[in-house]
Amino acid sequence: MKQIDKYPHKAKVVKPDVRQTQKAGGNFSDRFKAYRDQHAQALFSSLGRLFSTPFTSTMTIGVLAIAISLASGFYLVVVNLQQLTAGLEASNQISLFLRDEISEAHANKYAEAIRKNPNVRDVKLITKQQAMAEFKGFSGFGDAIDVLEKNPLPIVIQVLPKDALVDKQGLTKLFEDFKQSTEVDFAQMDLAWVVRLQSIVSTARLGAILLSLLLGLAVFFIAGNTIRLEIHNRREEVIIAKLVGATNSFIQRPFLYTGFWIGFLSGVAAWFIVTFMMLILRQSVENISGLYEGAFHLLFFSYRETLILLITSTLLAVVGSWLVLHIQVKQLQPE
Amino acid sequence: MLKFDNVSKRYAETGDVLKNVSFHLRQGEIAFLTGHSGAGKSTVLKLIALMERSTRGDIVLDGQKLSSVKERHVPYIRRKMGFIFQDYKLLQDRTVFDNVALPLIIAGYGHHEISRRVRAALDKVGLLGKEKKFPLGLSGGEQQRVGIARAVVNKPPMIIADEPTGNLDPELSTEIMLLFEQFQKVGVTILIASHDISLIQRMNHRVLRLDHGQLVVS
Repeated sequence: MKQIDKYPHKAKVVKPDVRQTQKAGGNFSDRFKAYRDQHAQALFSSLGRLFSTPFTSTMTIGVLAIAISLASGFYLVVVNLQQLTAGLEASNQISLFLRDEISEAHANKYAEAIRKNPNVRDVKLITKQQAMAEFKGFSGFGDAIDVLEKNPLPIVIQVLPKDALVDKQGLTKLFEDFKQSTEVDFAQMDLAWVVRLQSIVSTARLGAILLSLLLGLAVFFIAGNTIRLEIHNRREEVIIAKLVGATNSFIQRPFLYTGFWIGFLSGVAAWFIVTFMMLILRQSVENISGLYEGAFHLLFFSYRETLILLITSTLLAVVGSWLVLHIQVKQLQPE
Repeated sequence: MLKFDNVSKRYAETGDVLKNVSFHLRQGEIAFLTGHSGAGKSTVLKLIALMERSTRGDIVLDGQKLSSVKERHVPYIRRKMGFIFQDYKLLQDRTVFDNVALPLIIAGYGHHEISRRVRAALDKVGLLGKEKKFPLGLSGGEQQRVGIARAVVNKPPMIIADEPTGNLDPELSTEIMLLFEQFQKVGVTILIASHDISLIQRMNHRVLRLDHGQLVVS
């Protein structure tokens, strides 16, 4: 190969004869195979090394897995809450609690009148008995309620306004109209607490992001520190490799793969931790969901989220290791 | 092959450790580097191995000025030299084969080539058949021969040995020296730092003697 003189105006310096020594026997394909073998060897030997010290590896991966599962678990909680408000987003439902003295027949008539309102899409009447049955089923006060002589629950009319009526003003006007009716004791617009819930969820989301950043940083540092200790334990080997002509990237390679495995295995462990916890939570969440007429189902990690979880944890650990290696391997010099 | 031209090395703490050292080793030459402790032997070796840089003067190895070698090219220069140490510096958790193969793996040789060369090197030092042993299972003399096999496996033009017989009895020392003479015959240049006066006298090779950082015999 011809050498290109980068500084034609300068006197020619004898460049280190790198090429001759870089080229180890064989043609390009042989060297490529050797390079590939080196990577495969580093990949598997670093995994073997982790298994050869099960106690240390378990502790490191355990700490990382807990950090990752805290972040991803919190994320999953937020996703589930979002699902809750997402389902409610379209519901600008108005609940009308009727006066106690209003009879069921009167209530039915009133409900029919509301149904004729052009701004109303649907009306649902919940009788005292229906309300009581539902309340008994879920509140856990069944026995106490049996003691009562009279059903204290009011008749409720649920009004679902037309979709077209999404603007706040029209909705408020409809709401005020209902409020004025003599039949209505108390009117409640569900939108208000939906908005409230949404703002709580978005706060939780922000919290989850901040927590994830912090815990991601923890993963980064823990992985870096693990690799630092690993270099320290193997300094003799690093120095010998340097003496027989190893480049820094050659020395760094197995350590980088160790970082890779630590990150990847921690990600896998975190996935199992979070999924296991969600499975424990599932039963009670499904019960709560029953109260909301089954609109809510617990969400687990999707394929995409699983992939992102694994890639992120691996990447964090690799980058953390790389930074430490970059500094430490340079510093380690044979004496 | 190796040329020191008025080389000086000064440390901030201890002052001059080498003063205007000049010598020239031709290809295929064996030389002993000797002197009392603190005379600068290890500094000379460190300069050749590029663990240190000279304060003044030029060192030329195989036609290449070491003072102008960039840090990232240092590994490639080191591949032109085989280092042998008093404490052997073997990896205890690797087999003899893996220890000797290290320079070839680093240089990116293929599988078969590594296997062939490692066997050839072990054959040369008389350790063929012990590939699968671990260094701790070998005697001191055998461990040093593993170290020598590792130093020559990449066929470097130059061998640098730091007190290679320091931990060995006279008989084993002579064996090691005879091994060096075999490499000399195929054109390898060898520099041996040693203060084993009787060995040096027995072997009858060129002697470079340092005294307080100055070359007094060359």
